[in-house]
Amino acid sequence: MKFKDYYEVMGVERTATQDEIKRAYRKLARKFHPDVSKEPNAEARFKEVGEAYEVLKDPEKRAAYDRMGSQWKNGQDFEPPPNWDGGGQFDEREFGFGGGEHSDFFKSLFGRRAHGAQGPRARGHAQGRDNHAQIEIDLEDAYRGAQRTISLRMPVMDAQGNVIAQERKLDVTIPKGVRAGQHLRLNGQGGAGFGEGPAGNLYLEIAFRPDPNFRVEGRDVYMDLPLAPWEAALGAAVTAATPDGPVQLNIPADSRAGRKLRLKGRGIPAKHPGDLYAVLSIALPPADTQGAKAAYRAFGKAFDFDPRAKVEGEPS
Amino acid sequence: MSEARTSFVQALVVEEELHLTLVELCRACGAPEDQVTELVLEGVLEPVGQDPELWRFTGPSLGRARLALRLTRDFELDPAGVALALELLDEIMSLRARLARSGML
Repeated sequence: MKFKDYYEVMGVERTATQDEIKRAYRKLARKFHPDVSKEPNAEARFKEVGEAYEVLKDPEKRAAYDRMGSQWKNGQDFEPPPNWDGGGQFDEREFGFGGGEHSDFFKSLFGRRAHGAQGPRARGHAQGRDNHAQIEIDLEDAYRGAQRTISLRMPVMDAQGNVIAQERKLDVTIPKGVRAGQHLRLNGQGGAGFGEGPAGNLYLEIAFRPDPNFRVEGRDVYMDLPLAPWEAALGAAVTAATPDGPVQLNIPADSRAGRKLRLKGRGIPAKHPGDLYAVLSIALPPADTQGAKAAYRAFGKAFDFDPRAKVEGEPS
Repeated sequence: MSEARTSFVQALVVEEELHLTLVELCRACGAPEDQVTELVLEGVLEPVGQDPELWRFTGPSLGRARLALRLTRDFELDPAGVALALELLDEIMSLRARLARSGML
């Protein structure tokens, strides 16, 4: 296990006051909170910051953490001291985006016992908790609908009342037309009920697995369509791979790079389906043989063409 | 003989197929009723129906309520602050969408 220097994570001195720690947290949260941030790795950074703040804002936890001394460095191999008592309890609820799981370092220091999770409804009968998870699906699944086996880490309570993460496999029907950011509800697949109470529901937030060939904006889908220079200049009938299979496309003559061809209704299916846009780009064949070089020279000679004629500034 | 190995769980798309009561929304968000009610009073969530028992929230309210609750907790905001933050986030999203449509992003 690696040591975590919570002071370094938050960019404050070990002598920082509680106010300084709060200020540092607020600033970092505004920078890295996944709901407001465009920084790369925002989610991972925010989890780290959230965990550091959880310890340093709480005088008891901070004092326990400080008792380990200042000789430890971030990332150093670490085992908790023998007879360590970090004050025992913390609440493994979701914190931050996507269900924050604490680091092993945090768990080893501050225990993993949940409080409040059982609550008064542990006695008598009550419905189980609703659970949330995020899943990634392929864009093709949204076009056609799909049956998928997904694997989730769900919080469950063991016999001692500890909340632990447990792997769970679930066979789910992905409805056709579902989009990123939407939620699926699976009735009765959430936390177990108490007494004779029914189980809670499970909500799955959908994200599309990143695909180098397609970009999705709401219901609309964008794809790059590379053309040979002669196809763009003369027009052509080409076959393009779309999420719904290959389609024939007529490229108008005199097409330029960046031009968008709209395939109406071929975005993500719905009562009002989205559109699919093919964004044209021009790919040049490599001049890597004598024949290819000769062809490029002949090509150049055939035109009186200055691509920089409209560019202001230095003449070319 | 062919037999289905497992039965696949049917899923409902919350945003398209469901309306939620106050109780359902609170359960789904893991939030107490008074906190969600405050979001309604600030105009962050706009259910139809007069009284809280009759409120019906549209499907997209689930994602919006969860976002509002995350911001409340992680930025230690009050309901008015959350309402302002959500309005600004909405505006940023619509500006980004316009930029993307005009090919500038």
